[in-house]
Amino acid sequence: MSGHRLGKGGLIDRQRALTFQFDGRRFTGHAGDTVASALLANGVQLVGRSFKYHRPRGILTAGSEEPNALVELRTGARREPNTRATVAELFDGLEATSQNRWPSLGFDVGAINSLLSPIFVAGFYYKTFMWPAAFWEKVYEPLIRKAAGLGRASEQSDPDIYEKAHAFCDVLVIGGGAAGLAAALSAARAGARVILCDEDFVLGGRLNGDRREIGGCSGVEWTQRAAAELESLPDVRVMRRTTVFGAYDGNTFGAVERVSDHLPTPSPHQPRQRLWKIVARRIVLATGAIERPLVFGDNDRPGVMMSSAARTYLHRFGVAVGHSPVVFTSTDDGWVTAFDLARAGIAVRAVIDTRTKISASLLSGAKQTGIYTLLGAQVVATQGSHGLTRVTVRKHDGGMENLKADALCMSGGWNPNIALSTHLGGRPRWSDELSVFLPSELRGTIVAGAARGSFTLAAALREGAAAGAEAAQSTGHDAPAWSAPTVDDELSGVTPCWRIADSRGKAFVDFQNDVTADDVTLAAREGFTSVEHLKRYTTLGMGTDQGRTSNVNGLALLAAATGRTIPEVGTTVFRPPYTPVSFGAFVGHHRGKDFRPTRLTASHRWAAERGATFVEAAQWLRAQWFAEPGETDWLQTVNREVKSVRSSVGVCDVSTLGKIDIQGKDAATFLDRVYINMISTLPVGKTRYGIMLREDGFVMDDGTTAHIAPGHYVMSTTTVNAGKVMQHLEHARQVTWPELDVQIVSITEQWAQYSIAGPNSRRLLERLLGGAIDVSNEAFPYLACAEFQWQSMRARLFRVSFSGELAFELAVPARYGDATIRALMTAGQEWGVVPYGLEALGVMRIEKGHVAGNELNGMTTAADLGLGRMMSTKKDFIGRVLAGRPGLVDANRPALVGLKPVDRSKRLFAGAHFLSSGATVALNNDQGYLTSVAFSPMLDHWIGLGLLARGQARVGERLRAYDPLRSGEIEVEVVSPVFFDPEGARLKG
Amino acid sequence: MRIQCPFCGERDSSEFTYLGDATVRRPDPSAPEQYFEAVYLRDNPAGRHEELWYHGFGCRSWLRVTRDTRTHEIFTVEMYNDATTETNQEAARA
Repeated sequence: MSGHRLGKGGLIDRQRALTFQFDGRRFTGHAGDTVASALLANGVQLVGRSFKYHRPRGILTAGSEEPNALVELRTGARREPNTRATVAELFDGLEATSQNRWPSLGFDVGAINSLLSPIFVAGFYYKTFMWPAAFWEKVYEPLIRKAAGLGRASEQSDPDIYEKAHAFCDVLVIGGGAAGLAAALSAARAGARVILCDEDFVLGGRLNGDRREIGGCSGVEWTQRAAAELESLPDVRVMRRTTVFGAYDGNTFGAVERVSDHLPTPSPHQPRQRLWKIVARRIVLATGAIERPLVFGDNDRPGVMMSSAARTYLHRFGVAVGHSPVVFTSTDDGWVTAFDLARAGIAVRAVIDTRTKISASLLSGAKQTGIYTLLGAQVVATQGSHGLTRVTVRKHDGGMENLKADALCMSGGWNPNIALSTHLGGRPRWSDELSVFLPSELRGTIVAGAARGSFTLAAALREGAAAGAEAAQSTGHDAPAWSAPTVDDELSGVTPCWRIADSRGKAFVDFQNDVTADDVTLAAREGFTSVEHLKRYTTLGMGTDQGRTSNVNGLALLAAATGRTIPEVGTTVFRPPYTPVSFGAFVGHHRGKDFRPTRLTASHRWAAERGATFVEAAQWLRAQWFAEPGETDWLQTVNREVKSVRSSVGVCDVSTLGKIDIQGKDAATFLDRVYINMISTLPVGKTRYGIMLREDGFVMDDGTTAHIAPGHYVMSTTTVNAGKVMQHLEHARQVTWPELDVQIVSITEQWAQYSIAGPNSRRLLERLLGGAIDVSNEAFPYLACAEFQWQSMRARLFRVSFSGELAFELAVPARYGDATIRALMTAGQEWGVVPYGLEALGVMRIEKGHVAGNELNGMTTAADLGLGRMMSTKKDFIGRVLAGRPGLVDANRPALVGLKPVDRSKRLFAGAHFLSSGATVALNNDQGYLTSVAFSPMLDHWIGLGLLARGQARVGERLRAYDPLRSGEIEVEVVSPVFFDPEGARLKG
Repeated sequence: MRIQCPFCGERDSSEFTYLGDATVRRPDPSAPEQYFEAVYLRDNPAGRHEELWYHGFGCRSWLRVTRDTRTHEIFTVEMYNDATTETNQEAARA
């Protein structure tokens, strides 16, 4: 037992005891504890095993920079690996498990790696797993994957929900410590809209971990007053438990709010976490600083901890980290820890200061408290199997001394926490005066306090207030003058000490990735002298902590090893996220069926009532077929639907096809330029099929355009390309020919449209529409169109056909869609009208040789599809020039043909490739492939469309359709792509 | 990234679709040899770039955006076919 709870003090609720488990053992903590503070309070020092050597590890810090104390939190589907015990809030019933050990934390077989450590040096992977090459995939990679990683993912579906939100503000303050609070207060008092984010569950930052005085009250009281004032203001949002994890372009920040991580399970209707996108006009970066470890032998032994963390555990959690701690420091700040511990009644064993001269006030403080002081001395080794028992000190005179100790608090100075300032490419700059990297100037951002190297509390308050006022002013708010409160004095001297020379044992630089000082020097010796190479070769700073505690020490060691200064060595920069963010938060509600929106047509409910099976077409759900009772196989259903349409009448919802309304004086000219064929010759009341190319000469989309009134056209597009065509037309209208007087608008969702197809379709419409419109062949011939009054609505009728039957498309305002399809079905009862789905539609279009998405694949020309003659030579149109390229008019190009199996009982499969008989199966013998296949109930065998080299000239030829994955090989016959009613007689009846 | 749409105001870049160089003009069909360059060849400048963005989830305007490709700083945003802009007036004079 080393750590223990003190009788008083701390921001914990001593009335509320919480029980929790660590590795199956039950402990008690208090509300306000973190897992780390509760473990320390219970005397637990050993919490994990290190990544590579499986060395025993304890708690190093008291914040999100923690590299060691990573645990699995919760169990079952909610199990979450690599949770930092130092930030995980304790709740009743919490279960935590140590990681990276087997069979137990105390006895870990993997620790043998430590004995083998001579081979686990820098670049170990590169050196060891090189030969033989064939071993990589089969042996090395599985082995490494098994050994790598720390915690285990739950491998179950996450039961919680996550959500996303947006926020906008004048001033975003990142960090709720002294500087951040001062900034938020001064900006808010000026009337600016302020958002203050802090990753912790209490505001205050270091003010909670130190015993400070501001304006006559304690730092904690001052924090609470500041928080209360901020929360009383209407335009201020204080976001605790919210980590700003990334800075993005346009003053946009990503933040994750841990709404329910501090609860066993989220409250009803609450998400586990919420991802915020915050857009700010000005930003105050008040992210504080992170204390640097000292690099000496066995500095990773459980019980060795950051000096500031020891103070945080003392003041914030009422926990002493040991009974006889030693402080090892190269800074004045280390002494504060010693004095604070002593004041709390803890017998500080010694302060070992690497400096030979320290300020008189520290010396007198040492004298008053009677702390044993060694100046110009260093800790060179530590002992203890699973926790610290003794430290070895080399004194100024070179003599050695062993000191009994159960905790060692190390203080190597503070590094400004500059991560967010580098996310957009800001390069940190080195300060010789402070021996730290400082953030560079950033547009729209003001850095305040310790984050910019101003390490005293007085400076943090002063700079924070000034930053808040400046940010408010630059967003149009008058900031009243801020009278900075007086604070107690402090010393902030530092003499950086990058490495304790000649120390024994491994001296760790990066605790999470097990990178030692020797690894850094070895890498330098082997030529990895660039900071980027060092990082990748040794993995320094590549852990989940992004080297928060290790980077600067590593750079300093590299500088020393290569005889350069730290600014000459340079530094790596940080990428988002600042701390790990769960995938759940990024995914939000976009899971499973909600991955993207689902669009439903006006007749969806009707189709569902009819027992439709639905299929996705772009974002739409379309009826695929309507099975009748007794039908056991989808093909049986589809065959019935096709036969019913071809023999009588069927109805199909075609509302999902893109519909674009085009109007204006120059609408006809515009259409001539976007379609390959002539539209300007189309009279009012007529519809024409059109093909649209991209400017590179390939087909983009096809559809019909109806001239419904002078200068007023309605274009249809394929379902999938509706948005793309809209964008293409807007580009043509606004960018290419802005001089044309033409306006376009998408009306896809405004109109419900139904195809009525089959020999009885006219009779059905006559019954439904009564005298509203004359649909006789004379009055309304093939390709006619009209807008007409039908009952209370304006409806549109088009005589177009995709099925090859006598067919109409009736369009009604979408709100009448459901009623219309029901009315169509009622009107058609006499002729046994059937609803038919996408599958029957597909069968009939293949029977007629009409192209669809499988053929309009972005790689085909109009000529490839047998539509080359549609290309007008009398006008210019998009794609005309490049469609004439030699490669696109090559007679050998694959072109559309029909295919039948020679053995009519054989099934065809789309995707099968064509080979001439006798040709070997090789890519250069490839003649094309089957694009679409269907069973034709009219011909009673399978048919297909395909793209075949010189296709149209090869009708009658026999080929092999080669499909090694499914059918093997089938002999097929090349035929015309129009299988059914080649004269088109049915269409025009 | 945020784009100041002249019609809709400042909006998130996810509402827009990027096309590329806004200075490319569709060549005269009588000069087919220029088409290959106009359709396929693009510079990849580091720095100031005049480019086309389509506000598909907004007003459907095609915009001429001048942006620094290194920093994503946006200098100007204007409607591509706004005849009152300086760029278009210059083009009209030329």
